[in-house]
Formats: sequence, C-alpha cells, structure tokens
Amino acid sequence: MQIFTCPFCGARDETEFRFMGEAGKQRPEGGRAVGEAEWAAYLYLQRNEKGPVREIWMHQPCGELFLLARDNVTHAAEPGVGLRPEGA
Amino acid sequence: MARRLPQGGRIDRARPIPFSFDGKALSGFAGDTLASALLANGVSTVGRSFKYHRPRGVFGHWTEEPNAILDVTRDGRREPDARATTVYLEEGRTLAAASVNAAPDAERDRLAVIDAFARFLPAGFYYKTFLWPRWGLFEPAIRAMAGLGRLDPGWLPAAPAAPCNRACDVLVVGAGPAGLAAARSAAEGGRSVLLVDDRREPGGVLLWRGGEVEGQAAEAWIADTLAAIARAGGTVMSDTTAYGVYDHGLVCALQRGAEGAPDRLWRIRAGHIVVAAGAIERPLVFADNDLPGVLSAEAGLAYLRQYGVLVGERVVVAANNDAAYPVALALREAGAHVSLVDNRPAPRLRRLAEDGGVAVLAGERVVRAEGRRAVRAATLASGARIEADALLVSGGFTPTAHLYCQAKGKLAWDDALLAFVPGAPVEGVSVVGAANGVFGLAAAVAEARAAVAVPKSGGAPAARDPAALDAAPAWPNGDAGGRAWIDLQSDVTVKDVGIAARENYASVEHLKRYTTLGMATDQGKTSNVNGIAALAAATGRAPGEVGTTTYRPPYVPVPFSAIAGLRGGERMNPVRRLPLEARHRALGATLGEYGGWLRPAYYGPGDMTEAVAREIRAAREAVAVFDASPLGKIEVIGPDAARFMDFQSYMTLSTLAPGRMRYGFMLEETGIVFDDGVVSRLDENRFRVSCSTSHVAAMHARFETWRQDQFDPARLFIHNATTHWATLAVSGPLSRLLMERLSIVADLSDAALPHMAFVEGRFAGGPATVARVSFTGERGYEVSVPAARAAELHERLLAAGRDLGVAPLGIEALMALRAEKGFVVVGLDTDGTTMPHDLGFGGPRLKRTGDFVGKRSLFTQAAEAADRKQLVGLDTVDGAPLPRGAHVVARDGGRLRSEGFVTSSYASPALRRPVALGLVARGAARHGEEVTLRHLGRELRARLRPPCAYDAKGDRLNA
Ligand SMILES: [Zn+2]
Repeated sequence: MQIFTCPFCGARDETEFRFMGEAGKQRPEGGRAVGEAEWAAYLYLQRNEKGPVREIWMHQPCGELFLLARDNVTHAAEPGVGLRPEGA
Repeated sequence: MARRLPQGGRIDRARPIPFSFDGKALSGFAGDTLASALLANGVSTVGRSFKYHRPRGVFGHWTEEPNAILDVTRDGRREPDARATTVYLEEGRTLAAASVNAAPDAERDRLAVIDAFARFLPAGFYYKTFLWPRWGLFEPAIRAMAGLGRLDPGWLPAAPAAPCNRACDVLVVGAGPAGLAAARSAAEGGRSVLLVDDRREPGGVLLWRGGEVEGQAAEAWIADTLAAIARAGGTVMSDTTAYGVYDHGLVCALQRGAEGAPDRLWRIRAGHIVVAAGAIERPLVFADNDLPGVLSAEAGLAYLRQYGVLVGERVVVAANNDAAYPVALALREAGAHVSLVDNRPAPRLRRLAEDGGVAVLAGERVVRAEGRRAVRAATLASGARIEADALLVSGGFTPTAHLYCQAKGKLAWDDALLAFVPGAPVEGVSVVGAANGVFGLAAAVAEARAAVAVPKSGGAPAARDPAALDAAPAWPNGDAGGRAWIDLQSDVTVKDVGIAARENYASVEHLKRYTTLGMATDQGKTSNVNGIAALAAATGRAPGEVGTTTYRPPYVPVPFSAIAGLRGGERMNPVRRLPLEARHRALGATLGEYGGWLRPAYYGPGDMTEAVAREIRAAREAVAVFDASPLGKIEVIGPDAARFMDFQSYMTLSTLAPGRMRYGFMLEETGIVFDDGVVSRLDENRFRVSCSTSHVAAMHARFETWRQDQFDPARLFIHNATTHWATLAVSGPLSRLLMERLSIVADLSDAALPHMAFVEGRFAGGPATVARVSFTGERGYEVSVPAARAAELHERLLAAGRDLGVAPLGIEALMALRAEKGFVVVGLDTDGTTMPHDLGFGGPRLKRTGDFVGKRSLFTQAAEAADRKQLVGLDTVDGAPLPRGAHVVARDGGRLRSEGFVTSSYASPALRRPVALGLVARGAARHGEEVTLRHLGRELRARLRPPCAYDAKGDRLNA
C-alpha cells in the first residue's frame, strides 16, 4: 500500500485518496462554440505517460484537491502540493 | 522407521497430547508439531502426490515442506492443506488430521494405479490431450483425481480478528542468530524494534544446530539476547510470518493464533526492514528420491534435536557440502548407523566424521533410492548398495530472500556459493545472515550488527565465504534413469523439465506454467533452484542466465479470513441506519438495503404485493408518511453560490427566488445525466441540493472538485448536511389536513406555501423546514427536522392521522407511485447514454446561453442523432406485465434488432393495470404505436405512450 502526503493532513494510506485526473488539462472555454476535436480531447485523451507524472488527487477525508508528482514505475511519490499558494 | 528416543528434544514429555491421523488414534507431546508426532508414531506415508498418487512422507521440518500437506480439523474447524510441519499439537484441543488426495487413506489409496501410467502423463499431457473436442468434457473427472485438500463450505472463523497496524524504526524478520543480533543492536541503539519470527520459540537454526555465539553457548546467548531486546524496549512476536512486502515498504505479517485464538494480520510500516530469514536446504535429485524416508538432512537434525525423534536406524546422508557433517555425527551419536555419501572427492571434515563413527564415501553419490512404500536402500554411482531406512539429502542451501525480492530487489547467481543471493541493495532493506548467503555463524552475526549500525543503510558488502559450506555442484541430470523428482508437491521430474525445454518452454516463467514446477502451497521452496539448474543444463546455459521466476507475496499460504478480518457478513459493507429504524421495526417494516441505507421496503404482515397495494391506496386516497431522510441535502453557500449552481446544473438556478424550489438535472461533462433532484434557494447566497440518496457522496465530491478547480474557494462553501436532518414526506389528498394538526409554527397555507416552495418554521421547540414537493403526484409536504427530533415528528404524524387513515409508506410502494407518474430514477430509467432531452427536458439545452457542465456534449452528432433512445411509458396489450429488461425489437431484414428496453415495471392499483417505463429509440415520437418485446425467449406486445400514466395535468398536486 502506497503512502501519499496530503498537503493539509500529512501522510496517509493511498486508500484515502482518489485520482481526479492528469494535471495541466484545461477545460475549453466557449460552451457550444468549442470545436469538436478540442472537446473530444478534453473529454477522452490522456497523456498516459510511463515514469514521472503530475496528477491531481483528492484526499477524501478533507476533500482537498492537490498536485501529486509521482513515478508510476518506481511508485516514488513526492509530498502533495496545494493547488493555490499559501494564504490565497 | 522413525521413532521417539527415550529422552532429548525440546518437547514436554510430562504433557502427552492425543491426536488422530486418517482415523487412527495417536499421541504426541506438548512442543511437537504434527509432523514430528507422526514420525514419532512411525507413520511413514502421510499423503499421496498431487498428480501420480505416489506415497509420500514427511520431507522437511518447517514452511518448506512439500509433502506433508494435510487437512487438519481442530476443535471441529477444518483447515485444508495445512503443513504438518508447522501445526503444533496443543493441549486441550482436539486435532484430527487426514491425508489429502488419497481415498480411503494415504496407506490404501485407490488411485495409486495412476502411477503405473505415469509415462503416459508427462508435462503438458492434459494441455495436449484434452484440447479436443473441448476441455470441459474431461475437466470434472480430471479435477476429481487431482488436487489436494477439501474445503469445508460451512467453515467460518469463530472469532475473526481485526487486522492491526504497527510502525517501528526497524523490523527484523527472523529470530535466528542474525535476526536476534540485529534486533538487539538496533534496540540498544535507541531505535524502536519489532522482531517477528514464524516459530513459537525464538532461536531459529540455533534450536537444532546449537553452537557457540559471541562466546556463549547458543541457549544462553538466545536468553541473554531476548532479555536485552526486552530491556531496550524492543518487541518480539513469535508465531508470526512476515509474508509480503508491498508498496512503500508495507510489510504484512500473519500471526497464527495459538490455543484457538484467531489468526491476525499485521500491517507493519518500518523505516528499515532487516531480512534475516535464513536459508532452505535443497534436495539432491536422483531416481525415486520421493520415497517416504527420504528427508532433508536439516530436517533429520531438527527432528532429533527439537523433538527427540530419530528418523531412522540405518541412515544414509547424501551431501555436496559441509553442513551435512554435523547432521551425520548427531544421528550417529543418537544411536543410528550412519553412512555419509559425499560427491566431493576430498571433504575436509572427513576425518572428523570418521572419528565420530560415521562411514564416509567421498567422491560418490546416490543415484537411486530403493523400496516400494519406503526407503530400504540407496544405490550409489559405483553400483554399491547401502541398506537404509532413512536417506537424508543435502544439495546445498537457498537463501530465503523472498522479502528482498518482493521489495524489487534482484537476485544474482553466485557460482562459488551455488546459490541465488541478493544483488544490488534496496533502499530501506537489509538482508543478513544465511538469507544473504552468509553461512558462517560468526560472520552472520557480525553482518547483522553492522547492518543496523547506520539507520536505513544497506550495510557493508556481504562477507560471503564459499568455504563456509564448501558446496560442490550436484545438479539434477538425466543420467540416473527412472524418475527423479525435482518438485515433490507438483510431481515434476527431471524428464518433465527436459520435455519443456525441448518444446521450447525455455524461459523459467514458461517452465513454471507448463510443468507447474514451483506452484502450489510450498511455492517451490525446495524445488525452484534445482528446476532452474535442470533447465539450464537442458538448454546449455548457466543457472544465472536462466534466472528465477518473479517472487510474489505471500511467502506462506495466508487464510483469506485473516486478510478479511472483521470485514465479513454485515460488516462487509455496512449499511447506513436511519434515525427512525426502531420505529419502522415497531411498525412491522420489512427492511432492505437501498442505496447503501437500510430502509423500509414495506410495512405490515402479508406478502409484499398486498402490502404495497395497501400503502399505495393510502397515498392515493388518504395520506401516507415516507421516511425520506437519506435524500441528499448538500448546501452550497457563498457570494458565488448562484453562479456555481448555474454552472453545475442543467436548469438555470440563479433566477430561482429565495423560498422556491426547482427540479432539474446535473450532467457529466459528457452530457450524460449524472443525477436529478430538487434544488431549494434558502437565501440569496445559499442553495440546498436534494440529490438522490445513492449520489450524495459523489455529488459532494463533484461540487468540491469544481469549487476548487474552477471557482474561488474563498467565495464558496460546500456543506453536506444530509444526516443532520431527518425528512418525512407526507403525501396524499388528506396531507394538508394532517399537516394542520401538527402544530408546526409556520404558515402552511397554499398562498404562503404553493407547490415547489418551502418555509422555515419551528417544530417542538426546534427548527423545521416544510417543503411542498411530491414524488407521488399527490399533494405532498416534506418536513425536515434535526435527526434527534425525528421520532417525535414521526409519532405525532401517525397519531394525529389515525382517523384520516394515515399509513407508513415503504420504498417499494413509492417506486410504483412514481412510475405511475413517469418520474425517473437516475441509473434505473437512465443509462450511460441518456441525456436530458431524452427525458423530455430539452428546453435548457436550446435556451440557455451560459456554459454549464456537459453543455458542449449536448450538441455532438451523437447527441443530435434522430434515433436516440427516449423515455416512454409502455402499456401491456394483453394484460401481461412487461418484465424489466425486456427488449423492444424491430425486424431488420431477417434479423431482430433491439430498439430499447423496459427500465421499470410495477403493478398499478390506482390504474388497475401494470405500468412500465422504458428507453426506446425515437420513443417520444411514437406514442400510440404498438411494439413487440422479447424477454428470455418470450414475445410480448405493448403500446408506447407518454411517460406519465396518472393525472397527467397534475391537478392532484393541489387537491
Ligand atoms: Zn487531507
């Protein structure tokens, strides 16, 4: 069982966390005007890289999203980083 | 034949313990294992082999045992496939052991005849022979012949134990000399230490090999070291096997319950794992080396020193290394006649052995064991024959580095040690002593102390000294003739490995799967390296080039009951409980699980159909009370709440006036309906979302995600108040009358409280919210009070409505009521393709200008397709109910094609006919059309209609 570090609660078992998506994906602006290919890429395309990845996870007990940099081969995981700067 | 010596061993002869084997009453002593007690009683055949039903005896002395696999029933509970070598006899507990894969018993197995056909059953036999016409025809008979123990389907752990967590600086695995030394050093160095050992008594190899450690006799050194560990605050857990290393250094250990206590799983997080698990002796491989009476040499010594059992009177010890010499000498000293057959031409301990009365035949090896049911003699390469009733074999030692491998360590072949040993260090893991290929006692202890001297270091490079064992190659080869067994548990011979190699199963992983070498309960602890060497020889490679199979947890079989712990039965997936559960039970409710909650399905005596009809009548003709407490109540609060709700919802919500409510959908970004529900606007900056019961957690997480990702979290707050409130839905034409009798402090008049409005008032001195909503189609009120006041509200409603004919309403009746009205249940009447316009809610899609979740997806080619499945009602044509799941079919040329299916189907007492809902292609434009349905081979007819079958105008909402 892996240990991830929530920036708010500290180190916890992986079962407390939920994967939300790859980091860096932007929701296309424009509603109905967004191009079909752009919208399809937003919905369905993942980078799915091997090795070091940056992902958004939620720590379910506290409900906070954060950035998790980890390696999906070695399973090394850096401490999570909050999505907003301190005090914002 | 093996026998118990009059004295010696670590058993307590004052405490005899009866047990049985294959129905025969036998007796052992406290301290015995089942295997030692069987040997002490002269039992030579303990079971039949997996494939050929050959008689097999005890081979090993601990977890490596391949043969003595028994069904063990203790105090009436059966453990299948237990290793007799690790089952202790215990005072006050009955123990009945039965041999496996043998009928009627191990001595007289009827299927032993299979062995005569063995040459027709080589590796891959089943794969090749029964492929045609199909495996399924042969499988039952083959399965009945093969296999090991029998499961007891009624077995349940008497008292399952919850898994426990534990953290420590240093976890030491194995309480042999290296492990004890490491634990002591680490504990005295101020670190928190946990030492786990799978035996009942710490000491490991010292328990039977003895010797001198750090200037002390073994016994005294063990006692002193344990005392020192305890003094320094360390913990020692015996009967505990660390069986697996998982991600981020999690170690799982199984603590076997002694004296009838349940097994317990430990999850251990250690800063530093020290693997001191010792080594396992390898057999020598020669013809008929599987006969009862052939044991590992180490086992021969262990049975003598630990249990006072002499494995034979005339013993041949066959070896390729020095470790067998003390074994031969100890057995000689215990009274056996001992010959030592050593394949090395000039063993350096020869003189020592001969001085002790052991005949040494150097440069010689055993090529065949003779005997029918048990060993009677050994034939040597020279042709010489030595009579023997026990043949002890030592083909070198295999380091027990499983945990290192599971931690992603890679083994390397050491050609001088003739063993796979740990290669590059793994961070946080040290392997010490024999597990690391360090076989000298002093060197192992020194290495262990050094490994823990610096926290988390891998320690110094191993001081491996090939001279410690001085092992010479003695690998299996095909020259012996006859059948030479590599894997005793899986019945794999040298010839089988040759066949696999010839058929190009040359990778060690393929070899394993083709021959089953290294599979089953022992996972090849005694056989893997010999198998690798045999494959290497057959393919012209070195063992290091062949490599090992992947090591995976568990090291020993672990009962699922220990892993599950308390998560069984009701605790497997605990239901959520209503505050009113006791009152529902008092009203005769039949409770069931709905959306994770235990809720009343229906009330009162009689079968469900009658009860549901009764409740529906009350709701349609009088008044009924439904416990809607689990309905979601998620509050969205803050200056950006209205903007947030507009973005989240398919319907516009910012235009909702405070005090008003609106029904609508939340979509996925794919445009698919995620949930439906009613949203209330509490004030300018505060909304309450009544999502479906089963969607509460997901809706909360969804709101949080969007709040943090796309909004300013400082201007929005999401609060899940679902369980704070209990909600009772009062529904029916007499509901207003009943509400007026409740003495709720609020204006409940239709002017102040029209349909889809709510007021906040007081009930019994506390807050209460009354909302005009209806899931039944009748005039309805939802009264929410703090959960603690739920019972009072419920009692008052039922008491005040007695003369009105009030009845409690279960969820089954409610489901029928809403189906009459054509109200959908998301996930039941919708699926993973359903968009809001498929449900008749196309307005916002076309009219809304702003963006919202899922909007773009409502305008794709698929979303605009003409043949989308749309919500319809279905009326049976011939009166037969339409089963849920029945498909509406169309003829497409000669073939039937599904156009949709029935999603809900109920009897409707109000309409006196069945009602059904479904999703049907172009359904909204096909009202009135008669269609054909098929269900499980039956054909039915139905007419499509609008979803609402009852009070389409909605007059009854204000009746
Ligand atoms: Zn957290």
